Amino acid sequence: MIAIIDYGIGNLKSVHNAVSFISPQTKSIVTSDPDIVSKADKVIFPGQGAMPDCILQLNKRGLKGAVIEAAKEKPFLGICLGLQMLFETSEEGDVEGFGLLPGAVKRFQLNKNERIKIPHMGWNKVHLSTSHPLWNKIDSDSRFYFVHSFYAEVANKNLVMATSTHGEEFTCAIAKDNVFAVQFHPEKSSKLGLQLLKNFISWNI
Amino acid sequence: MSVARRIIPCLDVNDGRVVKGVNFIALKDAGDPVEIAKRYNEEGADELTFLDITASSDNRGLLFDIVEKVAKQIFIPLTVGGGVRSCEDIRNLLNAGADKVGINTSAILNPDLVAESTSRFGSQAIVVAIDAKKVDDHWEVFTHGGRKASGIDAVSWAQKMAELGAGELLITSMDRDGTKKGFDNILMKIISDIVEVPIIASGGVGNLQHLVDGVKDGGADAVLAASIFHYGEFTIKEAKQYMIENNIEIRL
Repeated sequence: MIAIIDYGIGNLKSVHNAVSFISPQTKSIVTSDPDIVSKADKVIFPGQGAMPDCILQLNKRGLKGAVIEAAKEKPFLGICLGLQMLFETSEEGDVEGFGLLPGAVKRFQLNKNERIKIPHMGWNKVHLSTSHPLWNKIDSDSRFYFVHSFYAEVANKNLVMATSTHGEEFTCAIAKDNVFAVQFHPEKSSKLGLQLLKNFISWNI
Repeated sequence: MSVARRIIPCLDVNDGRVVKGVNFIALKDAGDPVEIAKRYNEEGADELTFLDITASSDNRGLLFDIVEKVAKQIFIPLTVGGGVRSCEDIRNLLNAGADKVGINTSAILNPDLVAESTSRFGSQAIVVAIDAKKVDDHWEVFTHGGRKASGIDAVSWAQKMAELGAGELLITSMDRDGTKKGFDNILMKIISDIVEVPIIASGGVGNLQHLVDGVKDGGADAVLAASIFHYGEFTIKEAKQYMIENNIEIRL
């Protein structure tokens, strides 16, 4: 069973819809129950909205501990804010994340030389840094759908699985042991996004 | 290398059916929103927008079924707008599977709705739609489908909406809408330069060059069109090919 963490913000149904579409036999539950998260075989942690709100809502539902435990021991896929939450600190509201990975979350800066828009919204190229089971059947420089204003600056470059460019290059996918996390939205990235979710469903550690 | 400009077909939905002719060959049911959405997705649409123009509130619920069905089969961003009045309306649409909800007239009547909804659901979920018409030497915001002048300056309104947290602005020129003369790129450019958030240009597309102009002259991050796609004049694929030939970054 795959638990999809629900902390009350954003469109979580789309992740559930995508998992059901590609693998009807896989049981997936959108949940804010820590017990279900603990019992799940795999966990998807999608995120939207602002990091301070996410922390507040996780605490309110008593979910923070269960999510951190899951990220330490079972196949775990973080999406968007679900990637950013894994790091130590964030400029967004000056809050602390889970602190599971070394690095800080920063906001895109408007750049005088190149016009960029914030949020970074739309289909951008994802440049693969290294091979990984979750990149199975996905070519480097394919486009995925992004929508975010913050990104993780990763202190340990060995964790970087892919980069993208919005004004400047930034890390858009990371992995460590049982954790894989992406800044883009696979559930909104058409065929290749579904391929990544398929790869997660069949990922054995 | 950077983020691709987006092409967004817009579907007007009335009483649960897509209106305006949809000219797809081999489409079993030309008015079925789900089938049309699927086709646009296959052609490479970067997002889909559903605009509910249902007059009677009795039939508004039909839109939720459509969004739900589309969201189960199509995995690109879905924006839904039309008649959105409250945070409750927004939540219901997000729960049905919309990724973004468009607010238009309600933002004018109640600007707090923008601030409240963006803080509750995140900026990424809220698109503020602005219908603008040129009045003397400036542009004014019009409401109720372009029938009512609000007296508000469109450029400063765009700025205010971005400041209140809108994740994106959909700018429709009421002077150009339906004319097939192209976007009002002067207006687009002024707003695009002044706000940090992406803008979607809308109103007036009659050919593929208009899409290119919207990006190059208007500075639009995304271009929205209805009739050129619905009436089968051009496919999304052709539009994308044309934009690539004009050196615009596009997702194929």
